[in-house]
Amino acid sequence: MLGLLLSRLATAIPSIVGVVVVTFMLTRLLPGDPAAYFAGLAASPQAIAEVRAKLGLDKSLPEQFVGYIGDLLQGNLGSSLSTGQPVVAEIATRLPASAELTLFALIVAVAIAIPLGVLAAVKQGTWIDHLCRVVTTAGVSLPVFFTGLLFAYVFYYLLQWAPAPTGRLDVFLSPPTHITGFYLIDSALTGNMEVFWGALRQLALPAISMAIFSLAPLARMTRGSMLAVLGSDFIRTARASGLAPRTVVFSYAFRNAVLPVITTLGMVFSFLLGANVLVETVFAWPGIGLYAVNALITSDYAPVQGFVLTMAILYVALNLVIDLLYGLVDPRVRLDA
Amino acid sequence: MLPLLRHARYVLSENPVTGLAFGLFFMFLLAAIFGPLIAPYNPLQSNAAMALKPPSAAHWFGTDQLGRDIFSRVLVATRLDLTIAFASVILAFLLGALSGVAAGYFGGWTDRIVGRSADTIMAFPLFVLAMGIVAALGNKVINIVIATAIINFPLYARVARAEANVRRDAGFVEAARLSGNGEARVLLGHVLPNIMPIMMVQMSLTMGYAILNAAGLSFIGLGVRPPDAEWGIMVAEGANFIQSGEWWIALFPGATLMLAVFCFNLLGDGLRDIIDPRKRT
Repeated sequence: MLGLLLSRLATAIPSIVGVVVVTFMLTRLLPGDPAAYFAGLAASPQAIAEVRAKLGLDKSLPEQFVGYIGDLLQGNLGSSLSTGQPVVAEIATRLPASAELTLFALIVAVAIAIPLGVLAAVKQGTWIDHLCRVVTTAGVSLPVFFTGLLFAYVFYYLLQWAPAPTGRLDVFLSPPTHITGFYLIDSALTGNMEVFWGALRQLALPAISMAIFSLAPLARMTRGSMLAVLGSDFIRTARASGLAPRTVVFSYAFRNAVLPVITTLGMVFSFLLGANVLVETVFAWPGIGLYAVNALITSDYAPVQGFVLTMAILYVALNLVIDLLYGLVDPRVRLDA
Repeated sequence: MLPLLRHARYVLSENPVTGLAFGLFFMFLLAAIFGPLIAPYNPLQSNAAMALKPPSAAHWFGTDQLGRDIFSRVLVATRLDLTIAFASVILAFLLGALSGVAAGYFGGWTDRIVGRSADTIMAFPLFVLAMGIVAALGNKVINIVIATAIINFPLYARVARAEANVRRDAGFVEAARLSGNGEARVLLGHVLPNIMPIMMVQMSLTMGYAILNAAGLSFIGLGVRPPDAEWGIMVAEGANFIQSGEWWIALFPGATLMLAVFCFNLLGDGLRDIIDPRKRT
């Protein structure tokens, strides 16, 4: 198991290197002269030269790259121009909000997509199969910011079932004691049920909007892979041996069909992390996506770059976890490693 | 050609939804070409007296906060949205197909460079990378096209690489080589045309995603600037009025955007069924 872990870690290294090189290139591509930009509008040529030296922009590109790596290793992503706060600190305080939203959306997506895909495969050609096809095609076609707005209009303005789409918690409630930063978990741990329900009500609409957008690849893959497994010889043998249909579907077919589904999780996370930015903008969710969008509007580039790097590293890490999960579920992969 | 047409008719009769998607596609194409000519109002003309009016006989989709006619704006926006999507898909095709075909055909270091670049792009959540690229290159429409093309590049490169790799030792490629064609000529004149049907399917499958991506970028304020009409930015403008109940400002551009993406996704699936029946779902 340790060997597998190490070999999988090694495969993540080229991705990390690629990500760091690309984000470095993005920081050097800033429109115009970054030094003139950071020095301000009314700066003299001398002041600009000073800023350039301070930012290290007068050095050669390889030297700048070494400096950039050094900054990254010290956890320095620069400071926001508008708030003056270090980007790392701001991202760290906002990350739990984004993580809670994304993970909750993933759970909702899996909870809908997998039963739907399994049922569609078992009852191929019936209404549930057609439903699965409609959901998967419609799901990827829905602009997530538009579904979010639509939900806010229907469930907040018309029906008044949902709270106002502004943030993680109603203004009259105070956040739970900080343990994990996840409001649902923290309030459940401290037994504060009022805050738990409040947080869940705020979380529901943004998470469902994200889940609808990302469940399509999961449902499609579950259906396809279940169909392939159900058509194979060992299933026929299991059926012929008189096993209950339930046992055949769940213990025989599903356990084998779940492997390709785990592989699609990588794509699902790519969708979710992108959709995260748009959904946070719609629901004024105080996560890192909204932070980056607000910084973009004021042309404040350090937070945007910090955000892109953080998201990319998270995504590489998530892919690593998916890889390891795959090894846990399928012993054959472990032997190959 | 005739058997292909007959097969296409068979697939269409099997799956009427694809026929519907073709119909929608022509509607969007007409709107993109003639939109500015048939729009009942000037899409940029504001009219304070008519601000925030719900849909009526005079203004089918209502008016926005400046009194502009939303129907005209949605219609005129078709050209910009489709142009961004087409341009980025074609750019992604040029970059991806050419480098992918070369990677699959030559192998070796060409393959390694192309493969590594594709892997690096795929190491990012794609929409986030697109955001970073537009932020770095500057807030212009052309940069949305470039960013969307870059995030689609790996898909094209991978498909083109796999298809070229299968064909590098095929009989017709050997024949072309033996009759004295140079490598570039074999690649561009024989291998590339041979994988074009598959690349066309890929293009129509990524079209919907390209529209969605471009609209998402302009929704968060990148690329297209007000007062230009574009579906994503119109939804963003309408978002400010959702909580006060003026639903029509965001609904119509959003629904049109959804319909366009849906149409291209169905079209892509339909084209795949016609060209590559094995992958039918």
